[in-house]
Amino acid sequence: MERVPILKIGGILLVSIQVDLHDQSVLALQEDLAEKISATGAHGVVIDISAVDIVDSFIGRMFATIASLSRLFDADTVVVGMRPAVAITLVELGLTLDGVRTALDLERGMEILRGLGVGTGATFDARDA
Amino acid sequence: MTTAGSAGPEELRIAADEDVVRVRQAVRNCAQRVRLSLVDQTKVVTAASELARNTLIHGGGGLARVEEVVDGRRRGVRASFHDEGPGIPDLTLALADGWSSGSGLGLGLSGSRRLVDVFELDTEPGGGTTVTVVKWTR
Ligand SMILES: Nc1ncnc2c1ncn2[C@@H]1O[C@H](COP(=O)(O)OP(=O)(O)OP(=O)(O)O)[C@@H](O)[C@H]1O
Ligand SMILES: [Mg+2]
Repeated sequence: MERVPILKIGGILLVSIQVDLHDQSVLALQEDLAEKISATGAHGVVIDISAVDIVDSFIGRMFATIASLSRLFDADTVVVGMRPAVAITLVELGLTLDGVRTALDLERGMEILRGLGVGTGATFDARDA
Repeated sequence: MTTAGSAGPEELRIAADEDVVRVRQAVRNCAQRVRLSLVDQTKVVTAASELARNTLIHGGGGLARVEEVVDGRRRGVRASFHDEGPGIPDLTLALADGWSSGSGLGLGLSGSRRLVDVFELDTEPGGGTTVTVVKWTR
């Protein structure tokens, strides 16, 4: 089973999904993230889905779960980089992603977290990520 | 509507999580071969993912069949999902947005129906379920 790496950058955890995940990997990622947030005290989570070519109800639900999980640990989650075709499909599927913050790209996602008062680390530059 | 011979139908067993991934890939490949637009590819792959998962979770596993179809000048991708599971006792309920017999969001059937051009559901309590979808080029 492939495991998605979680990077820690300043006070933020960055998850970049690069492969077509099967459901067990999706669940493992949820658990890994919960553990990592509590272990590191991170205050922000960024999930980069710019390489993801479909989001179905299972993955969509993962975003919602991670968003509410992270809130329990006083962290905010932003999903960034959704492809236009994915967004159109999600709307038609009927998945509203209530409670999930989204941003166009990584840079804007980091800005949102900064706006929420999350320290993103002084040396971090989103363009280098 | 006829089956386009070039690549032939592809049959895939759905017995585990990774088979759902394989079905997504097969449908994506087929959708690219018939030159569906990127948005339509995304829609039909998403629908297939929902239906393959239903076959696995609710139907106890089964079979997917993915193939190119032709109708005059239109080409399309057809995917069907078959299982010999418990069937769906109340179709109206199952097709309603937000209804799930388990802990799902209940969007799989109703949502995938909106994502495709043809949606056929054949089921009988105790007699298994077959769902067939088609997405045409425009
Ligand atoms: N192949 C199947 N065999 C038996 N029952 C099915 C099958 N597919 C769907 N169902 C029934 O129809 C209901 C609705 O399916 P649907 O995919 O819309 O929702 P879900 O699978 O429960 O949740 P979601 O797909 O949103 O995670 C299911 O809860 C299940 O009871
Ligand atoms: Mg379902």
